[in-house]
Amino acid sequence: MKLPSETLSPAADETVMENPTVGIDQTKGDFQYKVDYAFDAGTGLTEDTVRYISSVKKEAPWILEFRLNALKKFFSMPMPTHWATKDLENIDFQKIRYYLSQGQKPKRTWDEVPDDIKKTFERLGIPEQERKFLAGVEAQFDSEAAYSNIKDIVAKQGVIFVNSTEGLREHPELFRKFFGKVIPTGDNKFSALNSAVFSGGSFIYVPKGVKVTQPLQAYFRINAENFGQFERTLIIADEGAEVVYMEGCTAPKFSTSTLHSAVVELVALKGAKIQYITVQNWANNVFNLVTKRGIAHEDAEIKWIDCNIGSRLTMKYPGVVLKGERARGEVISIALANDGQHQDTGAKMIHAANNTTSNIVAKSISVGQGRSTYRGVVHIPKHLKGCKNNTECDALLINTNSRTDTYPAITVRGDQNATQHEASVSKVNEEMIFYMQQRGLTEGQAMSLAVNGFINDLARQFPMEYSVELKRLIDLEMEGSVG
Amino acid sequence: MASLEIQNLQISIGDKPIVKGLSLTIRSGEVHAIMGPNGTGKSTLAKAIAGHPDYTITGGDVLLDGKSVLEMETDERARAGLFLAFQYPSEIPGVTIANFLRAALQARLAEGEEIDASAYYKRLYAKMDLLKIDRKFTSRAVNDGFSGGEKKRCEILQMAMLEPKFALMDETDSGLDIDALRIVAEGVNAQRGSAISPGILLITHYQRLLDYIIPDHVHVMWDGRIVKSGDKSLALELEAKGYDWVKQEFAAASA
Repeated sequence: MKLPSETLSPAADETVMENPTVGIDQTKGDFQYKVDYAFDAGTGLTEDTVRYISSVKKEAPWILEFRLNALKKFFSMPMPTHWATKDLENIDFQKIRYYLSQGQKPKRTWDEVPDDIKKTFERLGIPEQERKFLAGVEAQFDSEAAYSNIKDIVAKQGVIFVNSTEGLREHPELFRKFFGKVIPTGDNKFSALNSAVFSGGSFIYVPKGVKVTQPLQAYFRINAENFGQFERTLIIADEGAEVVYMEGCTAPKFSTSTLHSAVVELVALKGAKIQYITVQNWANNVFNLVTKRGIAHEDAEIKWIDCNIGSRLTMKYPGVVLKGERARGEVISIALANDGQHQDTGAKMIHAANNTTSNIVAKSISVGQGRSTYRGVVHIPKHLKGCKNNTECDALLINTNSRTDTYPAITVRGDQNATQHEASVSKVNEEMIFYMQQRGLTEGQAMSLAVNGFINDLARQFPMEYSVELKRLIDLEMEGSVG
Repeated sequence: MASLEIQNLQISIGDKPIVKGLSLTIRSGEVHAIMGPNGTGKSTLAKAIAGHPDYTITGGDVLLDGKSVLEMETDERARAGLFLAFQYPSEIPGVTIANFLRAALQARLAEGEEIDASAYYKRLYAKMDLLKIDRKFTSRAVNDGFSGGEKKRCEILQMAMLEPKFALMDETDSGLDIDALRIVAEGVNAQRGSAISPGILLITHYQRLLDYIIPDHVHVMWDGRIVKSGDKSLALELEAKGYDWVKQEFAAASA
């Protein structure tokens, strides 16, 4: 374990991972710069690892206690392989590095960000996006935010947008009131792990009645090999407030596996609206095991838009607890599983008040040996009335080896509630590809167009910049999948 | 002037020979009609020339402007100027006509070149007006939920936009009522009279279409070969005498 005062050997020249087949665009996220880490928790996970992280962050004692309890839970809980894939057993928790940072506080201007990190984000186009259409940006590099900024006009409305470390330090009452309440530590093994070693992620508070018109964005970047990224995000929209939050994620392709295990909690108080948009493009050896849930109070609305591209295994089921009357929850999910990938995604809707409504639309695309799984939970107990759920799962298969499974668990009791469920499986057939090729499109372009067509009705709901990005990612995936 | 030369072409599906040595040369501006009973290899000919993976070329050649297309991928053939108007056009859910045609045109440009969007739409609308296709169709998914007539008009619209050197029209008249047939024919004739003036291979069962698209040459196909060629009057003769006449004559000739 490294002491805070040490530094690693001086940074060598940058290493850009080469992709032999294509130009820079395909490898947009696939590069790595060597970076000096001032803080390094070393490899493996023990109580000391947790104490180290907490001490580097100069945390209050209650947080350390929270972490240590979580660590115990993590060790005591079994892997959920009785229902989930056995591939989880290939994660070696003792070979992972749990905390790496350069130690500085996040910078408020891009000029101040250290060159090696700035180069990374510039290459990913983050500063440019900020100028163009965002109300605020946080850019996390391995364990900590390297950059965090919010436009003055938004800050003046009382909106807080900082990383979780700063949030805990500067807004402890607010943070503690909601932290770990939506997703308890022991919710699942990976939420327990996150609760023990979390670092980074966003803390957002939008005051009563404030509507943030432009999106806030966080960008998560894994740079180091064998690294585990465990960001923790908490978003609170006070009564009548509205906010759109977007996150993007990338990592270079390492020869060994990387773990990303985040916990995201949303709280929408009376009449508030939160929209949370994810476009992830993980390299294909990242285990991406994320717990996301929101609580919607009376007349509040929470909408998750979740696009999962890349990773070796993604397990993610964004959920909404509909706690107040007339609350609304929605999950729009798009998953693309290419060769060697397993997208195990879905949604959870827990109805806990009368006249609550939920909507789930999940579309998955399986290519080559790729595998897609949909798991959904909809729960409407007997004593409620006027609750409605709509669930739609559509799967698109590209070539006969692809596999897709659907596991919907819909429990609707009582006779004053309504639910409907539709599922479809379709194939991109040879005739369709031939038709498009006959018009001059290459096989890759034709498949890409077919896939974009399949998700078109969902992609239209995204902010423009993100639907463009999604389309670009799909183009790259499909180009790469043509033999 | 462009040319499409089909030289002693032999085509199989699996082990089964379908087209058994067919030769035909088409030049820009010419309309050749191929008529014949069902199962005689007409559609196979069109799809195989376009590069459909189900068909194997077992002999002969297809030359576009003197260059063989047989080693080319389907999309390369398309970009080189071959267009197939499908008998049963595929539906492409979620992909609008406007986006589809734009992608197809973009695929013909050099890297770094971009389509001028306003010029593109202006041209697209003009062609749609000509084919009496409601402009709202630009935002409808390609062939998705279209009637038979709408699909065929959409094929002709694509042909008009892509300006091929040669168009293989596979039973474009099937499923069309007389009004739709007239509109489709007008669309084809407009291209025929334009500077593009593609060579056209019209595959049809019926003389009816040939009243509207007047062919320069009529060929009768039977059992994988062209057994009789002539001018427009041959189509009328066929209509009057029926295909049995061809079968008998061909059987007599080959006996």
